[in-house]
Amino acid sequence: MIIGAALILGLFVFPMWNIQLGAPQYPEPLGIDIYINGLQGQSEFDLQNIDGLNHYIGMKTLPKAEDMWEFTVFPLVTIAMSVFGILIGLIGLFKGISSNWFAFWFILMSIFGILGVYDFSQWLVDYGTDLDPNAIMKLINPDGSPMQYNPPLFGHKKLLNFDAYSYPKAGGILLWMGMMFTLIAFLLAKKSNRNNIQ
Amino acid sequence: MKNFKIGTAICAAFLMSACGNQGNSDANSNKGALTSNIAERVYIAPGERDEQYAFLSGGYSGNLNVYGLPSGRMFKEIPVFSQFPTSGYGYSEETKPMLNTSFGFIPWDDLHHPDISQTNGELDGRWIFVNGNNTPRIARISLSTFETEEIIEIPNSAGNHSSSFITENTEYVVAGTRFSVPVPQRDMPINEYKSNFKGALTFIDVEPENGHMEIKFQLMMPGFNYDLSRPGRDKSHGWFFFSTYNTEEASSLLEVNASQNDKDFIAAVNWQKIEEYVNNGGGTKMPAMFTHNVYDESTHTATSELMEEVVTVDPSEVPGAIYLLPTPKSPHGCDVDPSGQYIIGSGKLSADITVHSFDKMLAAIDAKKFDGEAYGIPILKFEEVMAGVVKSGGLGPLHTEFDGRGNAYTTFFISSEVVKWKLGSWEVVDRQPTFYSVGHLMIPGGNSRKPHGKYLVAMNKITKDRYLPTGPEMEHSAQIYDISGEKMQLLYDFPTHGEPHYAAGCDADLLVNNSKKIYRLDENKHPYAINSPADARVEREGNEVHIYMSTIRSHFTPDNIEGIKVGDKVYFHITNHEQDFDVPHGFSMIGQGTSEILVMPGQTKTSIWEPKRIGVWPFYCTDFCSALHQEMQGYVRVSPADSNLELSWSLGD
Repeated sequence: MIIGAALILGLFVFPMWNIQLGAPQYPEPLGIDIYINGLQGQSEFDLQNIDGLNHYIGMKTLPKAEDMWEFTVFPLVTIAMSVFGILIGLIGLFKGISSNWFAFWFILMSIFGILGVYDFSQWLVDYGTDLDPNAIMKLINPDGSPMQYNPPLFGHKKLLNFDAYSYPKAGGILLWMGMMFTLIAFLLAKKSNRNNIQ
Repeated sequence: MKNFKIGTAICAAFLMSACGNQGNSDANSNKGALTSNIAERVYIAPGERDEQYAFLSGGYSGNLNVYGLPSGRMFKEIPVFSQFPTSGYGYSEETKPMLNTSFGFIPWDDLHHPDISQTNGELDGRWIFVNGNNTPRIARISLSTFETEEIIEIPNSAGNHSSSFITENTEYVVAGTRFSVPVPQRDMPINEYKSNFKGALTFIDVEPENGHMEIKFQLMMPGFNYDLSRPGRDKSHGWFFFSTYNTEEASSLLEVNASQNDKDFIAAVNWQKIEEYVNNGGGTKMPAMFTHNVYDESTHTATSELMEEVVTVDPSEVPGAIYLLPTPKSPHGCDVDPSGQYIIGSGKLSADITVHSFDKMLAAIDAKKFDGEAYGIPILKFEEVMAGVVKSGGLGPLHTEFDGRGNAYTTFFISSEVVKWKLGSWEVVDRQPTFYSVGHLMIPGGNSRKPHGKYLVAMNKITKDRYLPTGPEMEHSAQIYDISGEKMQLLYDFPTHGEPHYAAGCDADLLVNNSKKIYRLDENKHPYAINSPADARVEREGNEVHIYMSTIRSHFTPDNIEGIKVGDKVYFHITNHEQDFDVPHGFSMIGQGTSEILVMPGQTKTSIWEPKRIGVWPFYCTDFCSALHQEMQGYVRVSPADSNLELSWSLGD
């Protein structure tokens, strides 16, 4: 439980998600590393270069950390959840505590996680669809609707000349592992409780 | 029936010869299995990259050209001694000082011999040095930006030909004069050449950190012609060898008068001894006029300084530092093998190659086996220093390089061939024709302790029928041979730009990871750079107008400028705000008396324009930078000289 709760702090060191944009003229893809507290280019100038390209189709520039409340709130939630998890883990280690606390933590974290992903997907849609009406290039789909440029939440999507790939990175994997550890802790604790009762 | 049989026989013969063409071993080719798949061995599939870099001198183009091996594809022309409208080199305000000399602005030179910097006798890929032959200069080119960073003029020199070769830790880059001249220059009868003219051999100190060059000393040799030179390496490190001709000291009709002596010399110079002498205060400071031009990567700007003094050393001041090795018939190449033991003199008017031994030379010096002296410099006995003679069977040996496996390869200008022979036994093992009249050859690393001996490039002087004809003037031809086997094999033939006199090459791995992609805008210290389009502005100082302009796909900031007057000197200082690989922007102005400029990401360059007529005049981006490149343009309004219109500028209003 302690390890699991500590692992989610990895979000402060490693990016949780990554979006790559490759194109014929970008054989080395441009990339966005999404950290819990802001965006960074996969290579130093990638954000600037993505913004530079996106201005042709009227997309907004990528948000700075101060532009989105998420980059302030998510770190606080993460720290709170980690401290809370370590605390119940320690109590569990020395005193014994109902394994339901572990389950509670897991469920709570899952809710936050799902909310986070939902929020992320909302942002992607907004980023890809809220376009400048004076954009240099206004492209439309065959059905006449304006073309949208939101990158995929997960996996691959073709955006004009770009191939966008969206996958979790080390921070996200650590988050997932942390949550799995707490789930295992819960199951083990439950099993040992049952054994104790027997 | 009989006809049918003959037909079959012809068919069979045809099939057999077709087989031979495909390269399966047959009696005609006599090259064994090597002949198979030649095309595959030079074919670099789309998207694949070459194994090696080759830097071929551009001769009278004044520039250095970068090629790939084995494909022979040209990647870049690096401007060095010549104005180059492609980038604006020598036209932009920042780079004009690079072409400053004591003779004024010289927009051209004859670039001959590239040499890559070395550490412990091995190529280290930091810089490449080249010489300007006509107005004597040495340039240093960065191998991370592939741009010329420094040019130093060589005083007291004329026809800077036995240059620019470096010692094995890049302690010195050496520049020897081809023409001997009066030192100091003075008004005197030409026919008093003999014993009055001097041949300066210049040792230029290279600062290990940044490569900056400084003339350490000039050795004032007798008035011969100094043709080519090579550093000693490994065991002979500390020595430098110079081939000479015209030891007759003729000043006219040299083709006859300089070819009379049966033997000329290779001069062996113990530079470490002279360096020590100079470090201890030896030598004579003499007034001299030469420029030293340095390009600063952080300001993107060159400065030119006029130097006024040089240290000269007379050979008689340092006894035991210089010896002359008799070498038959006007030697051209004087090449040192990777072990440093053999010094190969290619007597260009002879059939044979003379090889001297470094060990024998030291022994002969110890035993004082002299055969007279020239101007006080001891001449060693020929048979005491000679290690062997290669009976080549060819004519006109010029230049030799090595594969690191005990073999040497010599070009023969007159008989148009490359001859492979063995060091030590001097036996010829192979010969291949070149097309035609080969000058120098190059094996990547062939002028180091560790040759990368897979390919050999032969650089020819005469092209004739090798390519589709292009009128009387043609590019020169080069051939690539595979030398990995016992026999050389001709792989490919490609045209070269200008006249390659020599080349340097190295494995691609040595350079690819150091090659810069952009200049960092946040490290740009150009005094007229702007870091943000918000700083874009126009300022007037009398009739000088400075425009601080930025570019990013796909606009200039500002792009409408008013308040310029006829007679103004307008400086466009353009900072490219891109920080993306391979996104330069260009700038050109109608009626501009100079070239366009090409500005790399993060760089600032300045283009000057002196408007002569009123009107509204456009400028545009010359590099197809983006889908909106055609929209990347602007206007300057030019008013009469006495107009009161204030300066104004805008973008997107």
